[in-house]
Amino acid sequence: MTAPLVTEQAIEIIYLISATLFILSLKWLSAPATARRGVFAGEIGMILAIGATLLYRGIVDYKWIVIGLVLGTIIGIPLGRVHMTAVPQRTALSHAFGALCVALVGTSEYYLRAPDVPKFMMSVLSMEVILGSLTFTGSLMAAGKLQEILPQRPITYKGQNLVNIGLLAVAVAVAVYLVMHPGDKILFPLLIVIPLLFGVLMIIPIGGADMPTVISLLNSYAGLSAAAMGFVLDSKLLIVAGALDGSSGFILSVIMSKAMNRSFTNVLFGAFGQVQVSAAAAQEARPVRTATAEEAAAILGASNAVVIVPGYGMAVAQAQHKVRELYDALTKRGVDVKFAIHPVAGRMPGHMNVLLAEADIPYDKLLDMDAINPEFPQTDVALVIGANDVTNPAARNDPHSPIYGMPILDVDKARTVMVIKRGMSPGFAGIDNELYYLDKTLMLFGDARAVVGDLVKQLGGEGHG
Amino acid sequence: MTSDLITSLYVAMLAAFVGFEIIHRVSPLLHTPLMSLTNALDAIAVVGAIILVGEAKSGLATALGTIAIVAATSNLVGGFMITDRMLKMFKASSKPKKP
Repeated sequence: MTAPLVTEQAIEIIYLISATLFILSLKWLSAPATARRGVFAGEIGMILAIGATLLYRGIVDYKWIVIGLVLGTIIGIPLGRVHMTAVPQRTALSHAFGALCVALVGTSEYYLRAPDVPKFMMSVLSMEVILGSLTFTGSLMAAGKLQEILPQRPITYKGQNLVNIGLLAVAVAVAVYLVMHPGDKILFPLLIVIPLLFGVLMIIPIGGADMPTVISLLNSYAGLSAAAMGFVLDSKLLIVAGALDGSSGFILSVIMSKAMNRSFTNVLFGAFGQVQVSAAAAQEARPVRTATAEEAAAILGASNAVVIVPGYGMAVAQAQHKVRELYDALTKRGVDVKFAIHPVAGRMPGHMNVLLAEADIPYDKLLDMDAINPEFPQTDVALVIGANDVTNPAARNDPHSPIYGMPILDVDKARTVMVIKRGMSPGFAGIDNELYYLDKTLMLFGDARAVVGDLVKQLGGEGHG
Repeated sequence: MTSDLITSLYVAMLAAFVGFEIIHRVSPLLHTPLMSLTNALDAIAVVGAIILVGEAKSGLATALGTIAIVAATSNLVGGFMITDRMLKMFKASSKPKKP
């Protein structure tokens, strides 16, 4: 009986090669020059692993496997072709799918094995199903909010955190009981239903601006649940992939929470939306300076160094292609144009970079916060397009401000500041932005795409291409 | 605990460290593709679902497993596709001028 044994070992070796390719894949992703090679390595690793699995001699029926693979491909192709502005919700949806797969496999494994489940196995299995279920509904909710099917406004009520933590505690208690008595099959559905509910409740208080952190966190949960599944199935490949995904999500969550000045425990317990601050009601209309597109274009055209600060407003207005035209028009006049990207600008990590890259803006012009901040004092014009709180100097100056301590782009240090904005409404934190009242600040009111279009017209940058 | 389990724990621990080291080096520029790529790689869970369905041990396992295969495969296909599409868009500025 050596033949099956040989196949078994061959499969294990192929899995090892796949795991290596996965690690290389992420390693190559570190720089734009090698990144596409990284995707290729990942694809090869995936094809090898699936191919090897299909050789597994325990498989007696291929019908449903083929149906599943074909259906999945049919659903996957349109998901790979979504518009770049829809990437945040697509990402949330894929976290939901990943978590669904893990939770379903975990559930099946339990019913196949119970009551004969060792304690450690039952613990990881519970973790797999709990994390998988809550990530599933949580990610669906996040996708719904991002797609604006669900209200984006955070919904909060008294004792919200207590209810959430209580629910999770009940789920964990059931898990502990099942570890002791794995035969009580009747309790197992609670491990699915409670986390499903928890996932919904966890996302209800989340506002749009918190999405980068939440998506990263859900990413991390999805990875952790996959790693747990690896333990249940004794698949080292799955453990490696899950651990990579989990640590990636974890790192991104930490970066995002730092960029929003939230403590990490604050993030871990999902207590996001509670910065619904005492939005100072007594806000008399303070004077701001406005400018026409003509005046603004004249200043932009006469400057040497311009830094553009994009935010979610640019994504909403789909202004990235107009911004590219502005970039072209200014560059043609010899103006040095750079982009300042705050880590939490937009709705997911790296959101702005993808939109600007889509508009063909060279990536070496996209600078992150630490790289661009020292340059603002030498900048003639900082042009803020649809960004708000990440430019508020109160984060630096005003210890009473709810966003005090949050790292910001030092836009106010530029010689002139221009802000393109729909109106004077405050940002997500409900706080006024001091930036708008500075003497050097010019407000350009209107839709981001229209205003940038006007600037381009004034600069005579239209009519080519 | 079996020695197999201990080995798995070592694998998890090492993989987490490798993950931290590698992912810290990913430029913030590429954080969105990073997330879609790790998501696609995570779809390796399909391997577990394939075995579950293939062994056909119970109707429940086949039904849930098939849905799991669909979910993971769509992530796999869509995830790699969109990651590659995004990365194709990132260009350096030292490109030849358009005619």
